[in-house]
Amino acid sequence: MEAKDSEGQTGLAALGLGEAPEETPEEGPRRIEARLSPSDRLYRVVASGGAGITLLIIVLIGIFLFLEALPAFQTAGFGFFTTQRWDPDAATPEFGVAAMMFGTAVTAVVAMLVTVPLAIATAVFINEYAPRAARAALTSLVDLMAAIPSLIFALWGLFFLVPWLQPIEGWLVEQLGGTLPFMRAIATGSSLFNAGLVVALMCIPITTSIIREVLSQAPRHECEGALALGGTRWGMITTVILPFGRTGIIGGAMLGLGRALGETIAATLILNIRFEIKPQILETGGITVASGIAVEFFDAQKLGLSALMAAGLSLFVVTIVINLLAAVVVERAKAA
Amino acid sequence: MTETTAEVTAVEEFAPVVEPAGGTLRGVGVSAWFGARKVLENVDIDMRAGVVTALIGPSGCGKSTFLRILNRMHELVPIATLAGSVLLDGDDIYGTALPITEIRRRIGMVFQKPNPFPAMTIGDNVLAGLKLTGRKVPNREQLIEESLRRAGLWNEVRNRLGAPAGGLSGGQQQRLCIARSLAVRPDVLLMDEPCSALDPTSTRRIEETILELKDQLTIVIVTHNMQQAQRVSQHCAFFLAAEDEPGRVVEQGDTDFIFGSPKDPRTADYVNGRFG
Repeated sequence: MEAKDSEGQTGLAALGLGEAPEETPEEGPRRIEARLSPSDRLYRVVASGGAGITLLIIVLIGIFLFLEALPAFQTAGFGFFTTQRWDPDAATPEFGVAAMMFGTAVTAVVAMLVTVPLAIATAVFINEYAPRAARAALTSLVDLMAAIPSLIFALWGLFFLVPWLQPIEGWLVEQLGGTLPFMRAIATGSSLFNAGLVVALMCIPITTSIIREVLSQAPRHECEGALALGGTRWGMITTVILPFGRTGIIGGAMLGLGRALGETIAATLILNIRFEIKPQILETGGITVASGIAVEFFDAQKLGLSALMAAGLSLFVVTIVINLLAAVVVERAKAA
Repeated sequence: MTETTAEVTAVEEFAPVVEPAGGTLRGVGVSAWFGARKVLENVDIDMRAGVVTALIGPSGCGKSTFLRILNRMHELVPIATLAGSVLLDGDDIYGTALPITEIRRRIGMVFQKPNPFPAMTIGDNVLAGLKLTGRKVPNREQLIEESLRRAGLWNEVRNRLGAPAGGLSGGQQQRLCIARSLAVRPDVLLMDEPCSALDPTSTRRIEETILELKDQLTIVIVTHNMQQAQRVSQHCAFFLAAEDEPGRVVEQGDTDFIFGSPKDPRTADYVNGRFG
């Protein structure tokens, strides 16, 4: 009832028409009603239908994954979340998502650590420092980059970036490996760290695009206030623009993170597939959930397929939980 | 041109500048354009320390543009250009003698719409200018209190300096903006219709503040309110733009003179409310 009432109110406000006021004999607030025009009614059906279908699809995917994954969960039990090996179709099946989840987490963290600062810097540069004439071109360029298939980034990463980084990483391992355990490595190159870097390349355009858009909405009169006090441009950015864009920065980062978590081809091409947890992030070998599913899919038998569905469901749940957390963070930031 | 002769006499008259607190600001032959459209032509105004200068005139006559030229806010509009010069104690602010941040620190501005930083606390807003100019605050509390007192806001907010500035009323926000400008110790304070969004009580408070600040720094105020110009200013410049022509200063002089016995009939018509 309440939902209907508020809808009636918006309809009334939007259209500026409603029924003639009625006499209300009882005490207390009256019911607010409005007669919707046929076009409004139709639009409401179309809009709510679209939203409903989207929600329904997400729920159906979840149910489908759960049903398909059930045999694997029954076989592996809780061990599914702690086992690193992936041998579901063996005589004594042993499999779990621990290594895949670890790899996914490492690549996503590396990707975000690279993406977010670079995206903010790029967005601020385009909005505030780039010559005005170049702004539109740079904006389109970033948007265009967001449309490049991830395979292209992955190939570039594989054949250019990773070989080019090899000596630098080797040097880092030599210098820091002795003191920092996670910097140790026997061989570098096809590592989780490098996979994360290439995933970052794919996240940067979309994240930059969103952050730039949000930052460009920063209120001009507050920016002028900062400048009129004798502020530098950098002062204006840190005092007005970045605080204003905080929620947008989080939102953009989350969209990038969503892409990082699900990125398949980059990890598949870069990583030397190994189903084990490797805290040494520069060392060759590792696996992510998405690349694991891609790699194992063709050889999978009956239980193997179910196990892959279970891995997919785990990623699905993690993604949804992270997005919900992000929504909470954004709400908190808005309230503050 | 009557304007030019007035200018010359003005300069002679004020030549031995006694130094009350504040800086002397001179607009010399200032013209301005937005793209190809000329909005201001050859404006000469002396804004002396210890004197409140009011810029009056109908909408679209270029007075706000002139004000924004005085602390280099004009150039923030991408297509804006200008000619002439603005001298702050003799230094051309459009030259390289002073860094732009220093110019804007010395020539503060209060805008038409109150624009405190909404996410910051009241106290932080007062100190925002120091943070922005990268200067250390030796005594935070003292500076906050002093600035808020000068802006006439201290008594209303003394117990909630830690509350967000967004919660203040419009009039309080505007006085907070004045306090924020005063905290960086400017020589000149420009005010662009500071009361146009405020109720009469808040307007009166701001006018009182202006009169209290008069001897501490040079004030230039753009206003549409004739009574306000009479109440707060001692010097007054009347801007007017004929249709499809740039704005010019029709007449300027002592406020009493402009409102009492203006030479130009257009000034008399405007200050008596017959047009505009």
